[in-house]
Amino acid sequence: MLSMSRAKPCAIERAEEAVSGLALPQALRAPISRYGLLLPCLLFMLGLFVWPILSLLTGGVHSPEVSQALPQASRAVLAWSGQGQPDDAAFEALLADLRAADRRAVAEAGRRLNYEIPGYRALILKTAARAAGAQGKVGLIAIDPKWGEESYWLALRRAASPITPRYLLSALDLEVRPDGSIGAAPQESAIFLGVLGRTLWISLVVTVSCLLLAFPVAYHIASSTPRWRNLLLLLVLLPFWTSLLVRTSAWVVLLQDNGMINSFLLRAGLIETPLRLIFNRTGVYISFIHVLLPLMVLPLYSVMSNISREYLRAAFSLGASGPRAFFKVYLPLVWPGIWSGTLLTFVVCSGYYVTPLLVGGNTDQMMSYFIAFYTKQTVNWGLAAALAIVLSLSILLVTGLYALVGRRQKIVVKG
Amino acid sequence: MSDATPPRQHLGPSPWRILTIVISVLVYAFLLLPIIVVLPLGFSSGSFLTYPMPGLSLRWYEELAHNYKWLLALKNSAIVGVCAAALSSVLGVSAALALASLPPKARALAYGLFIAPLVVPVIILAVALFLFFSKLGLTGSLAGMVLAHTIVGAPYVMISVNAALQNFDTTLVRAAKSLGASSWGAQRLVVFPIIKPAIVAGALFAFVVSFDEVVISLFLASPEQVTLPIRLFDGIRDELTPVVISAATIMLFVSVGGMICVEALRRRSAKARGLQES
Repeated sequence: MLSMSRAKPCAIERAEEAVSGLALPQALRAPISRYGLLLPCLLFMLGLFVWPILSLLTGGVHSPEVSQALPQASRAVLAWSGQGQPDDAAFEALLADLRAADRRAVAEAGRRLNYEIPGYRALILKTAARAAGAQGKVGLIAIDPKWGEESYWLALRRAASPITPRYLLSALDLEVRPDGSIGAAPQESAIFLGVLGRTLWISLVVTVSCLLLAFPVAYHIASSTPRWRNLLLLLVLLPFWTSLLVRTSAWVVLLQDNGMINSFLLRAGLIETPLRLIFNRTGVYISFIHVLLPLMVLPLYSVMSNISREYLRAAFSLGASGPRAFFKVYLPLVWPGIWSGTLLTFVVCSGYYVTPLLVGGNTDQMMSYFIAFYTKQTVNWGLAAALAIVLSLSILLVTGLYALVGRRQKIVVKG
Repeated sequence: MSDATPPRQHLGPSPWRILTIVISVLVYAFLLLPIIVVLPLGFSSGSFLTYPMPGLSLRWYEELAHNYKWLLALKNSAIVGVCAAALSSVLGVSAALALASLPPKARALAYGLFIAPLVVPVIILAVALFLFFSKLGLTGSLAGMVLAHTIVGAPYVMISVNAALQNFDTTLVRAAKSLGASSWGAQRLVVFPIIKPAIVAGALFAFVVSFDEVVISLFLASPEQVTLPIRLFDGIRDELTPVVISAATIMLFVSVGGMICVEALRRRSAKARGLQES
């Protein structure tokens, strides 16, 4: 089919090439077309994916607001020893910076300084408004006596450096004390290790539940006749293909206080008051398992469907009991499916945002929620970025541990 | 599959077999029943989301068809989905073709880079794009949404086409060239027909991904760019009404229909390449 019908256009191509080929020898053309194809995708990925993510993540340690808005004062306080009051030049530099800087930059710097000492933003805005008429140390202290206090200058010094550990530290429930030492953050702001622990715990519970439920299902599909296999696979794939929000809305209709399950149970007289099934951890687990179960079934199935029955038959004929054949023969063979299924489920679960937001309560929110919260609600981008770093590193760590376990297990199987 | 015959020798004694079947049936019910039970409520003539329904009617679908906000969301979803799928196809196909011509190490590296958007937690991608696009003034624009959805859509096209090229017999290209085809001619006449189903499947997949995408959209969209998933998100947060359920039903048919086509194309493509369906 290819030879005859395509031969004629080829002759035309050849004629075309005879013309265009003069400009570009064949040897040169291949690499050009190769990079011509690669370059647009590469640029797209670097510009719209790699660059935004890198600049987000560096935002967790890079915070140039103060050094940009107040360059002279930043240099002056960084040169200062931190003991006693800074010299008069620092006072003058701050006034000069505030006179020169534009309002937005000062407001940005004020926001950053406010993380160091609450109220600093108001102080810096007030000082900026009156900087024009003030001169030197006396003038600055006349605007606000706080400028005579050492702690405000120390805070400025901490914020003046464009590289700061404070966001990463607070993402780990730590803080820099005024004396420069690192210690535990106060109880009311030390919530993030708890959130990280909760994220990992929810992901672990969901992963284990999915594995326990998916294993028999995958086995059931893999041991069916080919005709049934496709049908049963479809039962798993249909919900997998259904939009997350469609599935979530179905669960809300079913589980809410006046939802279908509660009204059924009430009518049947099985319960007196509605069960709390949603907007708490139960709801989170139910919808997570519903969403992620197919993700576990598919890799398990693809491994199981390629395991020959002969292995189990051989184990039985050699006198192995059912459980022994299962643990010694079948399980090691399914291991690659378990490995990739659990890793996939865990990683996807730990990064989820929408599900806990819609079906969880306040105490069920995971890392993603707080990253979104500090981005949109409080506009503390540094902290959002630091939390993003912590989340990415935890996921990388889990993946790395997985790679180690996977390798060791392979050796055991071989031995 | 090598052992297509149904196994008579089961895992362990028969109680285990029974347990396997019982759990499986319960899991199938768990996966499907919520959708099957809830979505018909969009056809109820009453306004409560419970059974028994007082009667059947299309009133909620009519309301949907006359509601400006839902229509805007549908329009936005369609525009963003189609544009993102088109852009994803261009990028995904050229990425896959470029990958095939790279030396193995560079290929592995580039492959890793191209699928990275699917590995990064979506919230991190959403926040990163939100901050980046705010600087460029691309938030609150359909163009920004299309670009963002292309980032998560293009990898699927690349994966689909790359798989089709995996078992591609390169002697076909050499044969075409020896018969006088230019390298572009060989691509167009030999490579393209073979990967065409994979391209269509990838583009459909990218459309469905865009059509269902919610996290990035929540960050980038202003009220003018609201898409169906965002409307659904708001519906779940505020109040679930039969109108929301009827919109959910439409979304279900679009994405499941799209994915069934993807699956059919994938099988056809595998068959065209002489592979066993997998």
